Amino acid sequence: MAKLRLVVVGNGMAGARAVEEVLIRGGGDQFDIVMFGDEPYGNYNRILLSSILSGAQDPGEIFINPLDWYRDNNIVLHAGALVVEIDRAAKVVSSESGVREAYDKLLIATGSRAFFPPIPGVYGPDKRLKRGVFGFRNIDDCNGIIAHAQRSSRAAVIGGGLLGLEAARGLMTHDCEVHVVHLGKHLMNMQLDAPGGAILKSSMEKLGVTVHLEKSTAAVLGDDCVTGLAFKDGSTLACDMLVIAAGIRPNAEIGLRAGLTVGRAIVVDNHMRSVDDANVYAVGECAQHRGQVYGLVAPLWEQVKVFADHITQRNLDAAYYGSKLATKLKVMGVELASMGITDPIEGDELIQFTEPKKGTYKKLIVRDGRLVGGILMGDISKAAYLMQAFDRDAPLPEERLSLLFDFGAPSQKITIDEMPADMQVCNCNGVTKAALGACVAAGNRTTKAAMDASRAGKGCGSCKNLVAEVVLWFCGGEVEEDPSIHYYVPGVPLTKPQLIAAAREQGLKSVSSVFKALAGGLEDAASKPALASLLATIWNDEYEDERDARFINDRVHGNIQKDGTFSVIPEMPGGVCTPDELIRIAGVAVKYKVPLVKLTGGQRIDLLGIPKDQLPAVWSALGMPAGFAWGKSYRTCKSCVGTDFCRYGLGDSMGLAYKIEKRLRGIDSPAKLKLATAGCPRNCSEALIKDVGFVAIGDDKWEIYRRCRRLACSQGRPHVHGRQRRSRDRIWRPVHAILPRERQMARAYLRFCRPNRHRTNSRGHCGGLRRTRRRSRCGDAGFGRGRL
Amino acid sequence: MACQILVGNVDQIPKGEARIFKVDGQDIAIYHTHPGEVFATQPDCPHRGGPLADGLIGGTSVVCPLHDRSFDLRTGKNLSGDCIDIRTYPVTLKQDGGIAVQIEVARHREGLG
Repeated sequence: MAKLRLVVVGNGMAGARAVEEVLIRGGGDQFDIVMFGDEPYGNYNRILLSSILSGAQDPGEIFINPLDWYRDNNIVLHAGALVVEIDRAAKVVSSESGVREAYDKLLIATGSRAFFPPIPGVYGPDKRLKRGVFGFRNIDDCNGIIAHAQRSSRAAVIGGGLLGLEAARGLMTHDCEVHVVHLGKHLMNMQLDAPGGAILKSSMEKLGVTVHLEKSTAAVLGDDCVTGLAFKDGSTLACDMLVIAAGIRPNAEIGLRAGLTVGRAIVVDNHMRSVDDANVYAVGECAQHRGQVYGLVAPLWEQVKVFADHITQRNLDAAYYGSKLATKLKVMGVELASMGITDPIEGDELIQFTEPKKGTYKKLIVRDGRLVGGILMGDISKAAYLMQAFDRDAPLPEERLSLLFDFGAPSQKITIDEMPADMQVCNCNGVTKAALGACVAAGNRTTKAAMDASRAGKGCGSCKNLVAEVVLWFCGGEVEEDPSIHYYVPGVPLTKPQLIAAAREQGLKSVSSVFKALAGGLEDAASKPALASLLATIWNDEYEDERDARFINDRVHGNIQKDGTFSVIPEMPGGVCTPDELIRIAGVAVKYKVPLVKLTGGQRIDLLGIPKDQLPAVWSALGMPAGFAWGKSYRTCKSCVGTDFCRYGLGDSMGLAYKIEKRLRGIDSPAKLKLATAGCPRNCSEALIKDVGFVAIGDDKWEIYRRCRRLACSQGRPHVHGRQRRSRDRIWRPVHAILPRERQMARAYLRFCRPNRHRTNSRGHCGGLRRTRRRSRCGDAGFGRGRL
Repeated sequence: MACQILVGNVDQIPKGEARIFKVDGQDIAIYHTHPGEVFATQPDCPHRGGPLADGLIGGTSVVCPLHDRSFDLRTGKNLSGDCIDIRTYPVTLKQDGGIAVQIEVARHREGLG
């Protein structure tokens, strides 16, 4: 097969790392790779520029890939060639100097540039930076600063953020007086709060840096060379050198010119692919993902892996979901760790310790028992623990003091090093850390193999991430990846999008035909129900049902219990029923000597302990529609009283629940689906934590929640009992946007409401909601269907 | 003493499913696979007593509906590595679809005979 052409615009840390990741995945055989870089070098580690400035490292030491690397990997590098045009129709990029390269796939990794605020006098008459004025962004800037600093006696730095302070530190080593001019009220206002900034300021002043806060620069003075700064408050500062580190701006103009959607940067989807063009990707500081543009390297490393997985088709499901920002750094010798938000909002728990004399400052912001923000300065011994807890959203120990200090007493364990061997990793199946270790030692060196062998993570699945980490730890960090973890079902070696595509192409409408065509005729029992559900979603009415492919619950319309009996739950939309229905249920319970009658979590009545052979008779005696309480399908929608009786109700939650139930009843889904509606934000029906929840906020508006997160706010006019309002029925729009998408992307058996749920992300398209209702697949009597 | 007992007809079991049959007072799960083979095992899962006849059948294996323990229908061997093996019974499928299971007849019967 002929190789495709991959053109990479940008030869910085993002572009080069992306190409490395592609090569690691065997992309060298798939692609002819061409790279454009506007700097005339190979690529280097921009983070280390401050070390060059301070003289700690030579420029030669920070190169990551020398020119030989490009040659050895057959990469064509156009160094010093600024790309000015991307013609997406012709699939050609052109540089300023006239180099033209055709592409099949394009990666934009143009990064960002220093931002120069529009201050009069920054530029000389020749429209270039005035002599003595520098940005701090690349090797040339660095070399210029070093050369100029030799003959400078006083340097000013505009910008008291991370980059500005790094520049100030570097300048200190060149024997000149350094002034930091900052517009904000305190230093590093992105990472620190006011008290933290104040402590940093005093630490810096001790080192000899003068800090000017709340200073807005009005002009750069000097005719052909900088001589000083004038401020808006009328004061001035004499200096013979100026470094501007007032932030960065994404180099996204190239995307704009190419007709791509650009916000602050080029807007990408979860595969790091432009939302406009399936052949154009963007990573790093020029990419905007879910509204965020990241300026740190950790998110970049995650992004390029997803890009490489996707473009090499190693894993078409690879997806980037955004990064939580936490940084650990050393500013002018002051150790600092910062994560999340810097100031609490109402209701947050604040834990603080200050020891200004020593320059120690610790501040933690806790919300719902989880760390949402933190600053550690001076003493960062707890940083590793806290950053881990922050990143994983892990619950914090009740003993808050131990978050800030080690007292010698055993602290709450979180790292795997500290985890005792007999601690249970998987509570469902009682698998300890030691048991997992034994499993790995026995040769199960992939997460999946260890999970299969130990059954860890095979219960509710909520511990899977921890299991993966423990396996990784036992493997010494070198876990092997088992391709089968990406299969939708264990018995067919395809991912969900591949499976959907194959079933469509080959017209596979029954589970047995899938095994014949895609699994070499090998039938796998565990794969059957998920396949059946998926095929029903793909083919709707054309799906050829095979009873044996359905789990026993689906065959008999009851939910199997531990003793082999079944539970029967009639439909009860929104938890509302008539006295007649209640009497009928009671009558059935008496007649069939039902051992347990219980209200369910979804506001329905459960008749438990019914033998299989009695199920048809019980359903027929009830004469009520089934609540589908046995299936991987829409189950129920819980509701509060809403506006009918409640004195606080803002919206008709019962009416909406009723309508939802009628609309969604019985639709197939990769996992069970439990919804709720709440008539006001008091959340009596716990709508906030359901798979999908609706909360009335008044004025006919409903907020829609999924995975505890607000997803949308939508004007909706739910159906009110007996009265159908057709107009402006907008509540369905977001619901119809969420559910089919979730059904397409979700992995089998993982609930929507679970945080960090793994999702596939594909353009594989399944049918809409309406047509894929569950049909009766009961071969016996069609019981359990009732009025449906 | 072992003897063959005719327990029913293969028509009674849809392909890909299993049913419980009473044989000499004891329950036996009889499976009918897609290719048309017939197997017989003990009816309950050794793990927690799950009804194996309600399980999913794939190839020549069955998965218990309660906790996913799986077993080879030919040998009774546990395949998921987390349970003891199950008992299987030799079974013969006659020309007319009759299913004959070979079991140990209970001792009291022997005494009576």
